[in-house]
Amino acid sequence: MGTGSKKFLLSKGLDNYFIGVYNAYKFIGRFFKEAFKSPFHFREIINQCFEIGLKALPLITLTGFITGIVFTKQSRPSLETFGATSWLPSLISIAILRALASLVTALICSGKVGSSIGAELGSMRVTEQIDAMEVSAINPFKFLVTTRVLATTITVPILALYCGFVALLGSFVNINAHEATSFISFFEHGFDTITFLDIFTSVTKSIFFGFTIGIVGCYKGYNASSGTVGVGRAANQAVVLSMFLVFIEEVVIVQVSNWIRLY
Amino acid sequence: MQSDNHNDIIDRDDAVISIRGLYKSFGALDVLKGIDLDLHKGENVAVLGRSGTGKSVLIKILVGLLMPDAGKVNVLGQEVDKLKGKELDALRLKIGFSFQNSALYDSMDVRRNLEFPLRMNFKSLTKKEIDKAVEEVLDAVGLLDKINQLPSDLSGGQKKRIGIARTLILKPEIMLYDEPTSGLDPITSVEINDLINDVQRRYHTSSIIITHDLTCAKVTANRVAILLDGAFLKVGTFADVFATKEERIQSFFNYNFIT
Repeated sequence: MGTGSKKFLLSKGLDNYFIGVYNAYKFIGRFFKEAFKSPFHFREIINQCFEIGLKALPLITLTGFITGIVFTKQSRPSLETFGATSWLPSLISIAILRALASLVTALICSGKVGSSIGAELGSMRVTEQIDAMEVSAINPFKFLVTTRVLATTITVPILALYCGFVALLGSFVNINAHEATSFISFFEHGFDTITFLDIFTSVTKSIFFGFTIGIVGCYKGYNASSGTVGVGRAANQAVVLSMFLVFIEEVVIVQVSNWIRLY
Repeated sequence: MQSDNHNDIIDRDDAVISIRGLYKSFGALDVLKGIDLDLHKGENVAVLGRSGTGKSVLIKILVGLLMPDAGKVNVLGQEVDKLKGKELDALRLKIGFSFQNSALYDSMDVRRNLEFPLRMNFKSLTKKEIDKAVEEVLDAVGLLDKINQLPSDLSGGQKKRIGIARTLILKPEIMLYDEPTSGLDPITSVEINDLINDVQRRYHTSSIIITHDLTCAKVTANRVAILLDGAFLKVGTFADVFATKEERIQSFFNYNFIT
């Protein structure tokens, strides 16, 4: 019997889609099951945090700094129209700490870290390194997936806070070049309007972003197939899917935090 | 010993692996169609066959990497498909699996590749004990001088040896070799064949050697099994199998010698 006559429940595309969703949920469920069970591989988690932080740090520094400068430059003319340039530090702080820092960090980490995890695990899958762990009585899911997802979940919020700080520095450089504002005065004005909820929301968002980047990268890499083509596909899909999910999460979390702000 | 098709079920009670009526398919493709095989303590059995006949599938089922569709797979007295979690891990520690492409961990040097299974499975071992074990197995495969090198710096033959050393460090009772000589030059192949025999002698292992290299089968195996179209056509000593008049077996041998 040829494959053409194979029966599908709905259609080939829909069946594959729902199977994919089911497998992804199973993967996430397994992560939570393994994450709270010993052994915990603390050393590997720290190694991965260090790896992820080191990989993304230069790019986050550069991008954060430039974001701060550009956003300040673009916002200045609008505020000048109303003679309200003194509001620049507040405006920039709100924009950066509420939205930009976590989003920019997540997008950079999706590209830099997500692809790297997808490619690394994909390559380990197709060269049977994951099977080699399994036959040596080592739980590859626990050692490779759990550690990496925990590492991204821990590291991305730290990187986001760092990105926010660097972006504010960039903004300060631009403002200082126009008005002789002191460093302390800039930050005092900037943080006047920032509430605990802003920081809390930003960190919470980053935790979700970090988890998403880690789990998507691991899922795509761990389930890679078809040799080197599969590795490339896993890396690519890890980036595209994690970026897409980051934007969806951004919208949802912003909406939820706005409701909290209202009440 | 003359054996007929897959009816090579020797009535001995020292089988470390016993396979009965094993079926495995992938979708519409039937790979293994009810095979029977025994591996006795201390012997090497080579499974010969063309590519895609299910040789690697067979040994992956033995370590629980794949599940059989039907049949019984008994390894060291335990039914592999019924084991889970710690029980399966305990069994896996007694089986060494040498992968076709060595499957060394790229990110770790040779020392860490060898230490890794020990550290993960025997947390109470001291650094001194681990170092001693690593040096011992590296010495056994003749690559002690490569201890600090990365897998990317090793030749194909050296990778195979390190892959075997990584399994030996856990002191397995059974060794499973997946195409140990594939992709190697004739001289390195001879070295690997010698190593397989040396492992059998030194570590008293019982082995299944998956190969399509007739020299490897002849030199290393006490018995050979010809797997064609998902079934064992013949199991016996190399001389027995080689002497058979079965057309498909003869064409397999002839093709190998010609190429």
